[in-house]
Amino acid sequence: MIVDVERCENCYNCFIATKDEHVGNDFPGYAAPQPDHGHNWIKMETKERGSAPMVEANFMPTMCNHCDDAPCMKVAENGAVTKRSDGIVLIDPVKSKGQKQIVDACPYGAVYWNEERQIPQKWIFDAHLLDNGWTRTRAEQACPTGALKSIKTEDAAMKNIASQEGLEVLKPELNTKPRVYYKNLHLMTSLFIGGTVTCETNDDAVEDAEVTLSQGGRVIATTRTDAFGDFKIDGLSAENGSFEVSIKHAKGQFTSEVDISESRYIGLCPLN
Amino acid sequence: MKLPVVLFGVVQALRLTAWRHPRFRERLKERDMVAQLKLADNSVGRYIAFRNGKISSGAGVHPEADVTVFFKDERTALRILNPKPNWHVRIDAMKNFKMGMIGPDDLSSWLTEIVSLGQSVWWEMGEDLGNGEKRYVNNTNGGPVHVYVKDDKIVRMTPIEFNEKDAESWTIEARGKSFTPPRQTTTAPYGLSFKSLVYSPNRNLYPMKRVDFEPEGERNPHMRGISGYERISWDEASTIVANEIMRSKQKYGPGALALAHGSHHSWGNVGYWLSAMMRFFNTIGFTRVHLNPDSWEGWYWGAMHHWGHSMRLGVGEIYGQVEDILKECEMMVFWSSDPEATSGSYAAYEGTIRRLWAKEAGVKFVHIDPHWNHTASLLKGKWIAPRPGTDPALAQAICHVWIAENLYDKSFVENRTTGFDEWARYINGSTDGTPKTPEWAEKETGVPARDIRALAREWGKRKTYLAAGGFGNAFGGACRSATGVQWARMMIILMAMQGIGRPGVNFGNMQLGAPLDYSFWFPGYAEGGISGDLAFTGSAVNNYQRVPHVLTMNPVKQMVPRLQLPDAILDGQASGYFTDPTSKEGQFIPFFYPAPGCSKIKMLYKYGSSSFGTMTNTNRWVKMYQSEELDCVVNQAIWFEGESQYADIILPACTNFERDDISAWASAGGYGHHCYSQLNHRIIMMQHKCIEPMGESKSDYQIFLELAKKMDLASVFSEGMTEIDWCRRIYEGSDAIDLMSWTEFLKKGYLVVPAEKPALRAPTAYRWYYEGRKKDVPEPHPLPAEYSGKWLEGLQTQSGRIEFVPESLKKIDDADRPAINTYMPSWEGTHTEELLGKYPLQLLSAHSRYSFHTQGDGKDSSINDIYDHRLLVDGHYYWRVRISKEDAETRGIEHDDLIRLYNDRGSVVCAAYVTSRLRPGVVHSYESSAVYKSNGKPGSTDIGGCVNLLTNDRSQGSQVSSMGPNSCLIEIEKWQSPVGAVA
Repeated sequence: MIVDVERCENCYNCFIATKDEHVGNDFPGYAAPQPDHGHNWIKMETKERGSAPMVEANFMPTMCNHCDDAPCMKVAENGAVTKRSDGIVLIDPVKSKGQKQIVDACPYGAVYWNEERQIPQKWIFDAHLLDNGWTRTRAEQACPTGALKSIKTEDAAMKNIASQEGLEVLKPELNTKPRVYYKNLHLMTSLFIGGTVTCETNDDAVEDAEVTLSQGGRVIATTRTDAFGDFKIDGLSAENGSFEVSIKHAKGQFTSEVDISESRYIGLCPLN
Repeated sequence: MKLPVVLFGVVQALRLTAWRHPRFRERLKERDMVAQLKLADNSVGRYIAFRNGKISSGAGVHPEADVTVFFKDERTALRILNPKPNWHVRIDAMKNFKMGMIGPDDLSSWLTEIVSLGQSVWWEMGEDLGNGEKRYVNNTNGGPVHVYVKDDKIVRMTPIEFNEKDAESWTIEARGKSFTPPRQTTTAPYGLSFKSLVYSPNRNLYPMKRVDFEPEGERNPHMRGISGYERISWDEASTIVANEIMRSKQKYGPGALALAHGSHHSWGNVGYWLSAMMRFFNTIGFTRVHLNPDSWEGWYWGAMHHWGHSMRLGVGEIYGQVEDILKECEMMVFWSSDPEATSGSYAAYEGTIRRLWAKEAGVKFVHIDPHWNHTASLLKGKWIAPRPGTDPALAQAICHVWIAENLYDKSFVENRTTGFDEWARYINGSTDGTPKTPEWAEKETGVPARDIRALAREWGKRKTYLAAGGFGNAFGGACRSATGVQWARMMIILMAMQGIGRPGVNFGNMQLGAPLDYSFWFPGYAEGGISGDLAFTGSAVNNYQRVPHVLTMNPVKQMVPRLQLPDAILDGQASGYFTDPTSKEGQFIPFFYPAPGCSKIKMLYKYGSSSFGTMTNTNRWVKMYQSEELDCVVNQAIWFEGESQYADIILPACTNFERDDISAWASAGGYGHHCYSQLNHRIIMMQHKCIEPMGESKSDYQIFLELAKKMDLASVFSEGMTEIDWCRRIYEGSDAIDLMSWTEFLKKGYLVVPAEKPALRAPTAYRWYYEGRKKDVPEPHPLPAEYSGKWLEGLQTQSGRIEFVPESLKKIDDADRPAINTYMPSWEGTHTEELLGKYPLQLLSAHSRYSFHTQGDGKDSSINDIYDHRLLVDGHYYWRVRISKEDAETRGIEHDDLIRLYNDRGSVVCAAYVTSRLRPGVVHSYESSAVYKSNGKPGSTDIGGCVNLLTNDRSQGSQVSSMGPNSCLIEIEKWQSPVGAVA
């Protein structure tokens, strides 16, 4: 599964479609019914960046990652968690009864405890439908922007796609080897510095000013202001801390030191 | 003689059907009766006797027939009994007494149903998937769905994926790329979640009576909303309601019965309120609760005077914009426009892919909205956040820059408009001494003059689309505020200055104007369905002649404006102005309640239950329901929520998944002419009855039939038709029958209307006007008489041009609506300083994203689980309200805290969503909570989330009937549930 964060608009259709599929429906061998409320087998995450008037709201769905080195499998007893040859990880709704440790083992919080049935449950990649000839998951089918795309391919080919398209996985440091990949993940994880360049004499916006972001004398990025005098430099990391913004235009220049721990709109940058 | 043979054939057909179909055999056991078919003079006849499920028959006239169907002559009989009915002949026969049916309504209706079933039981509905599941089709306010059913239980609902047999999709070539929509329908969350609504524990499953309501004794109106309910039978319920209807007429006279309903409904052309409901109520007579144009408001009362377009209530042409944007447009200015939240109307996410195409094509975006809305989040771009209600000032400052810097289309202004000089004098300040400069607007709007200037310059230099309101050329929260009329008028003025119709310059946000076939006719819901109402639906345009049926009319002239229904009941008087789609001037005509010769309202029949969440200052509704003025309140609704809790009798309606119906996706008709231009593919749907009705609930049609039977009106209401018969009649009257047979349609469930051939695509809106040609877009308006000059030349204004200073407004004396669109600050906003001191926050109550107004919200639906929609705290799902970080911090409010919103009008508890996406000082919520949960008394604190308890019920102006809920001042505080609270 590939999730394009840039195309996700928080419509919740993937969440609703998955609920529709599982609430009130029993798929023996795949999944017992999901409780009416409380489970987020697909869960929406929101990241707001910046402050008025330069704000972003970015979103992404998270779900069972169908890890190749799945922590839940390691703690499961009785063979309750299995990995199929196509990579889908299933929790057996019968064998897993009482095994709450499967919930606790997931570092992504993607496994939910069904209190009534005393079983762990999560998104099963619609294995029951794929096995019956469906070509797409309910979540993809319901997604209006094409932000979700599942592909069936060999591991080597997937590796190629991931490197070509700049795909990332969640919490790579855990080495769980997820099979859910994210495109444009920086919209959730990285920071931006933005501002508005104005002309000190008449307070008008300055278009096409050259903005340079540097750190310790090293240029990180350059950009130009738009018709509103706005600029935005994205893809920064909180660990980097302090930056220098310098702006040049025929109408004057502007420099400032900027510390960031979150995305930051630094406000007006008057040229003089 | 041919007729005796035909009559014998009818009997044989029934016998054959009984032999083949167990379902038919079962139904035959329901009644023992003798039906007589004959000529009026008894010269030819045949009776059919039903006894213990068996059919016997004989020639001649039975001495003790229970139901008699007679024909005046053999010619009529043979034409009526033809298995392929000619509806014109049949209606003529009914209207002119060439045929008739005599007998008790119960038996006549049963006979009708049996004859109908004799045909329909042969039809195969839906596709058998071979694994015990059947796949049906249905339609929702959030798009069409495939419905998978097993053992009379809905398994799942999905969007419809097309197959290779379905018609090809269109392609637009632009900027070296090909753009083709995906081969499937899209669905909104409130469509996709409908299974949870069908199986909601809040369903009204049985007819109910308030325990202390006794029609023959104490009625205890003050206990509405407080005391509980007891189950009664359908026979009791329909008897009480029918008796109350007749009692209201006999005791008080015409108009004592009022009918109130929402603007929307469950989908389906037979069951829609504009269809079956209008048909029934026209047959009994009622005081009309007249709908103000609440989606349009500013467009109807304001914009229309500048450019006409009364057919769409002030909203303009909707053709060709998708192609024009992709080919020509450089910038789109979204102004109070969030189509990713509102889905246009009923169109799910059809426009989304097109907006992403615009982004791909390099179009720049600007978003003017106090909220960094969902469309802005997806498309990104420049955010301009004015204080709510100050938008007209922002627009006037843009005009100022354009005039000062020569950035407008002078040739267009000179040749296609009138009154510009007078307008320019107002803008430059010579009229009132105030130049409408960006600096002036900055003080008013809070938007930096620098941003206004930059926006005006970009707009003046680039080919720009104005995406105004959710439709891109209509609606929008800004048109529902105190300054809504001014704002919508400004939108027309801006486009007049930029030369609307020039390539790349138009109204639109990619929601409307897809290259579809606009001449293929299938009725939209507002075309009146089976209502036969030519006066208050769009039936007369096409539907009445294409799908002939007997006309109906309401003889009661009395009307009440919907927003003032409680005032009418509580104060005994109210007045309003017409919503008239035929002219600009119809809206100037007032009407008054009570009307001469009519009774005051004594009985209220409420259809649905959404008012607390959707009207304004809605504690008025709570008071109204507990008024002694109302002898009886009936509520016909699917779910027990909102106002259902205030009825004396509750009639349980089923959803559209539990009855047969037929429709076209997002097709309104009427004011929403060609509303389906929002879609990527036109879809005609059989709305299959997927499961049996839950509990004892019934379709709206069936409920009306039950009531009609108690008043001997059954055949008048039904024309001897069942719902499936009506579906067929509509289908066969439409162009769909040329592409797919009725039986194939029933099986497959949907038809994709082929896209228009590229050479025949509708021209781009207003290109004709820009180029000075005759009107060439495919819309049947203005009416011929509305042209001042030659037919098809110019617009529906006195001059035929866009009028900066409208002639129509010069003819009335309305200080709230001067001919020069003068900026007048909101009557509840940043200028009302005393009130602002007490209630410093401006509340916006937008249309909900995850529910369709109240549909989909509450009732234990899966929508409740959406974190952005409601929040579960201590077992109750609280409505969300968004508040800026700054405003939250000064009040000690943290994310997810429960907070109380209040002003002098009401008090509502919600869950705080603290965000950077709002201009500080502005609070954002949705208008449409389905849940009203208080102690039952007016003014008490509601934990359901009906923020309209707080909004002002003042009309935008003194001579318009319009709402302005987005002008609302409140204060917020952290809330802790007191001991013993209603939660």
